[in-house]
Amino acid sequence: MSKRIGKQTLFLPSAPAVEGYAAVVGKKEGEGPLGKRFDFISEDSYFGQASWEKAESHMLRQCFELACDKAKIPPSDLDFILAGDLLNQCVSSAFAMRQSAVPYLGLYGACSTMAEGLSLGALLLDGDFARQVCALTGSHFCTAERQYRFPLEYGGQRTPSSQWTVTGAGAVVLGKKGRLHVTHVTAGKIVDAGIKDPNSMGSAMAPAAYDTLRAHFRDTGRGPEDYDAIFTGDLGALGHDILQALFRADGVDLGPCYMDCGVLIYDLAAQGVNAGGSGCGCCASVLGGHILQAMEDGVWSRVLFAAAGALMSPTSAQQGESIPGICHALVLEREVD
Amino acid sequence: MLLQYAKVFLVGGALCAAGQLLIDYTRLTPARILTGYVIAGVLLGALGLYAPLADWAGAGATVPLTGFGWNLARGVKKAVAEQGLLGVFTGGFTAASAGLCAAVLFGLLAALLGKPRDKN
Repeated sequence: MSKRIGKQTLFLPSAPAVEGYAAVVGKKEGEGPLGKRFDFISEDSYFGQASWEKAESHMLRQCFELACDKAKIPPSDLDFILAGDLLNQCVSSAFAMRQSAVPYLGLYGACSTMAEGLSLGALLLDGDFARQVCALTGSHFCTAERQYRFPLEYGGQRTPSSQWTVTGAGAVVLGKKGRLHVTHVTAGKIVDAGIKDPNSMGSAMAPAAYDTLRAHFRDTGRGPEDYDAIFTGDLGALGHDILQALFRADGVDLGPCYMDCGVLIYDLAAQGVNAGGSGCGCCASVLGGHILQAMEDGVWSRVLFAAAGALMSPTSAQQGESIPGICHALVLEREVD
Repeated sequence: MLLQYAKVFLVGGALCAAGQLLIDYTRLTPARILTGYVIAGVLLGALGLYAPLADWAGAGATVPLTGFGWNLARGVKKAVAEQGLLGVFTGGFTAASAGLCAAVLFGLLAALLGKPRDKN
């Protein structure tokens, strides 16, 4: 029996299990609605390091070690580490993992990296190519500002529709033992809706999320009603509404079970974050801190986790290019008691 | 004197408010707004409209970037009158020299003495 169902979705008969997970965030995220859910909140944005980039790397390392601790395995037992981030050459992940002595697969999916890493990790397990893997990613507000816009010292102003890059990391260890399982993976195609405004990422990424979710529903024969919760990574308030509208035009109601991690991680009104959180660390920390825990607690049994990213660079934007989006999705299911 | 301060803050504030409206309601990037202000200052100066505003509002007109544009234009005009066409290249820098040097110097001092902080 082929494990391919439809054009983009894969069914994983061995249902790789979540053995451990962790989330580490910064001060602002700790002050948000999900504050108590994270494993560690750093009051210091430098994480005790000398630069923002070193801080991001340190945060990723800390999150990774916490996840391995909770999975009760030494990091050296892992068969693969799949990681990526937003910085040039994905240095914060690479430097965080340089001492790990585990085969390292570096990824770039922008804000879709958590779903990409988890998906690929699940495939490695289901294909019997690995017994235990760890997928992780993160982002840092200050490094993202330097990477994509200007260093903070420039003192630039933010527009109402811009999002706030989350300072946070999420790590998930997949293996054979656990009550939560990855059952399906839907890999996304690049979707470019012609949006050029980097201050409006939500509208650039929503079409990609729509494309992947629609493919998932079509391939599996399921609908939003088959899930207890559907999460997108960081479409933000605006992107969340656009996605709902896109589905409504098809006569599909995503329903109240559809939530966006960028809207969950901050109190939009009180914390002054305009359209919400963004960055790899947004959905990664919400997944590692909130969603998986809630599933284990019995809040949700079957969750569709879809992270979307914007595949542009500052250079491409300056050259007048539009912003291509990508969205990867996976299904998490809790074992029946 | 209180009246003088009021004029300064009203005009300076109005110029800043215009910039904020551009940020909030247009897709213009801050960089474009910045250069737009400088060019606006040059144009208004060329039309002879900025000098009276600067006389009336003092720092409220000279501190915002439109004032910088006006200053550049005046410098070029003066240099062209004194040196001919070469003045096109030298005039702006001469007029802005104190401000540019101060910006670089204080920027360096800030970098040496301070550590960048998160925007929390």
